[in-house]
Amino acid sequence: MSETVLSIKGLVKSYGAVPILRGIDLDVSRGEVVSIIGSSGSGKTTLLRCINLLEEYQDGHIEVAGETIGYSGDGRQRKPLTERTRARQRALTGMAFQQFNLFPHMTAQANIMLGLVKVRGMARAEAEKIAADWLDRVGLSHRRDHYPKQLSGGQQQRVAIARAIAMSPQLMLFDEITSALDPELVAEVLEVVRELAGDGMTMLLVTHEMRFAHDVSNRIIFMDQGRIAEQGPPKSLFRKPGTERLTAFLKNSSF
Amino acid sequence: MPPEAEVGDHWNRIMGYTFNFTPVWQSLPDLLRGLGLGLGLALASLAVGMALGLAVAFGMVSRQGGLRRLASGYVTFLRNIPLLLLIYFAFLGLPQLGIRLDKYTAFAGSLTLYGAAYMAEIFRGGLQAVPHGVVEAGRAIGLRPLQIKLYLILPILFRTTRPALGNAYISLFKDTSLAAAIAVPELTFQARKLNLETFRIVETWLVTSLLYVLTAVAIANLLRYLDWRANRREGRTAP
Amino acid sequence: MSAGFATELAVNAPRLAMALSQTVMLSLAGAALGTLLGVPLGVVMFRSRLPLRLLLALYVDLVRGTPVLVLILASYYIVPLIGPNLSASLAGVIALGLFCSAQVAEITRGSLLAVDRGQTEAALSIGLRFHQILLYVLAPQALRIGLPAWVNTLIETVKGSSLLLVIGATELMLATQQIIARNHMSIQFFAVAGLLYFAVDYALERLGRRIEKRLTFER
Repeated sequence: MSETVLSIKGLVKSYGAVPILRGIDLDVSRGEVVSIIGSSGSGKTTLLRCINLLEEYQDGHIEVAGETIGYSGDGRQRKPLTERTRARQRALTGMAFQQFNLFPHMTAQANIMLGLVKVRGMARAEAEKIAADWLDRVGLSHRRDHYPKQLSGGQQQRVAIARAIAMSPQLMLFDEITSALDPELVAEVLEVVRELAGDGMTMLLVTHEMRFAHDVSNRIIFMDQGRIAEQGPPKSLFRKPGTERLTAFLKNSSF
Repeated sequence: MPPEAEVGDHWNRIMGYTFNFTPVWQSLPDLLRGLGLGLGLALASLAVGMALGLAVAFGMVSRQGGLRRLASGYVTFLRNIPLLLLIYFAFLGLPQLGIRLDKYTAFAGSLTLYGAAYMAEIFRGGLQAVPHGVVEAGRAIGLRPLQIKLYLILPILFRTTRPALGNAYISLFKDTSLAAAIAVPELTFQARKLNLETFRIVETWLVTSLLYVLTAVAIANLLRYLDWRANRREGRTAP
Repeated sequence: MSAGFATELAVNAPRLAMALSQTVMLSLAGAALGTLLGVPLGVVMFRSRLPLRLLLALYVDLVRGTPVLVLILASYYIVPLIGPNLSASLAGVIALGLFCSAQVAEITRGSLLAVDRGQTEAALSIGLRFHQILLYVLAPQALRIGLPAWVNTLIETVKGSSLLLVIGATELMLATQQIIARNHMSIQFFAVAGLLYFAVDYALERLGRRIEKRLTFER
């Protein structure tokens, strides 16, 4: 693997006096699948949200596909970029949320088309075709004209993933996408992610599904108290945790 | 001309209007007396209107279809007609039937009937929010229906609807401005008189508006404080 | 008496119909002005930073805390200072418009805030800009949330328009008084006016409910 898609250096973020991220350094190469694990409050979700510019952060530097995200300048000198630039940069990464966040007033197809037409500036016919393709890929062609409320949680999440991927982002972020689902619906969503991984999509996942993280990832990152405490290939990391914290964490999580 | 005067002059003459608050300050006692009258009228209407509204609310949730329709009809009708019409009806219409009310009674009566409809809505919401378990528990210990209403439902109802009733009072207070239409000398009436006597137009209405707003803010804060104290006494934290 | 009333009603029916339409027109004009002012105001209050937001909140609270009658009288006396030869009706429309603008601003802000935060985040994450998010994602959802309160404001405006009689703007209340001044049938004609107001407000309420149902998307 060669090209670096995501590069994070010294990322620091706090809510008031409460530190959330205390200096994160992370590189992800093209085609790599990286899972982030850790107990709640370790800063996993916040890290994803910073990469997608949904959170402001106090210090550090994030590059996506070689472009510095969110700010210009460095340290004290840095300034937020314009709203227009930030919007364009957000589209470099795609994000799937725990709560799906489908637009309730739009059909499955319209949900996918909105970004294609309004951000990418595609003609409707072209956007329609891409939306249809992706609905097919996630196995929901027959639900094209359904509204979110008419879909199961698993189906909604598949549409939400299709909506993000259809924008052809450089990097996909998955934020605990199965946590809000009934257990019997988890598998269908993970299957979609597994296929995307097989296609060579670069992905960063925050997940509690250890089995899945083990199977699908090239690398596992264990976060603890706002830092990357440990990382490595899944096999070695799960078999021989290097820290006590990870040993304890793995003991308490179900496989 | 010294520079200060120039600046002052500039501020005194916006759009060719020269400000002069002196006549308004001199009439402030009249305005405040009007304000006090409005507060009193609103309070009287609140007290009687609450009792009436409560009765109507019990009617709205009654099992008897006729009573329910009557109570709902009252609320729907009064909520959809202007208060001024009710006031004119009471003050100018009723004498035709030989019922002569002085302007204070006519106004307070109208505002009471009007306020009762709004408060009935508030109470109805509160009644529907009383947990059914409370009523069942009351029955289980052998309370009669009236006792259940008196000792269980009403205390819960007043507790849950207290903030909404506070807002109703502020609303009633603002509605007392309509008394000016039948020459009850409350704040709006005084303001209009002041306006016509002094022609300090902008000053008059600015001060009047501020008096209404500040009074409403003061009432809201007082009620919030009372609510907070009551909640503390009842051992609950404010929501 | 009842025969006399029937005759009087027949004689005055055209006058009442005309007055009713004036009431509706004044109210609609006020509501339109208020909505045109209030929606952008609400959006700015939803979006902007603290100093501007406080300034607008001050305007909204000032107008909302002032009785409609005071707004009407103030506007009636102040408007001629700005431009002479403006009619009482125009002053009335301005007053009703001010009243509505504050209500609508508050409704708009509240409805936008009531839309789930995840909607904005999802829209941001696919690269939409704020005005696009507002237009395509938030507005359709906020519209549904705010519609009942907006219809309620419309009804309050119709009721408020009855106060325009104090400045002599021609509408239903003034016409009723003038009719009564001639035939002295105050009970009957106040009742008729009451029914007419009720008919308009009740119709608005029902219409609002129907539109609300129409706008309901599967959620």
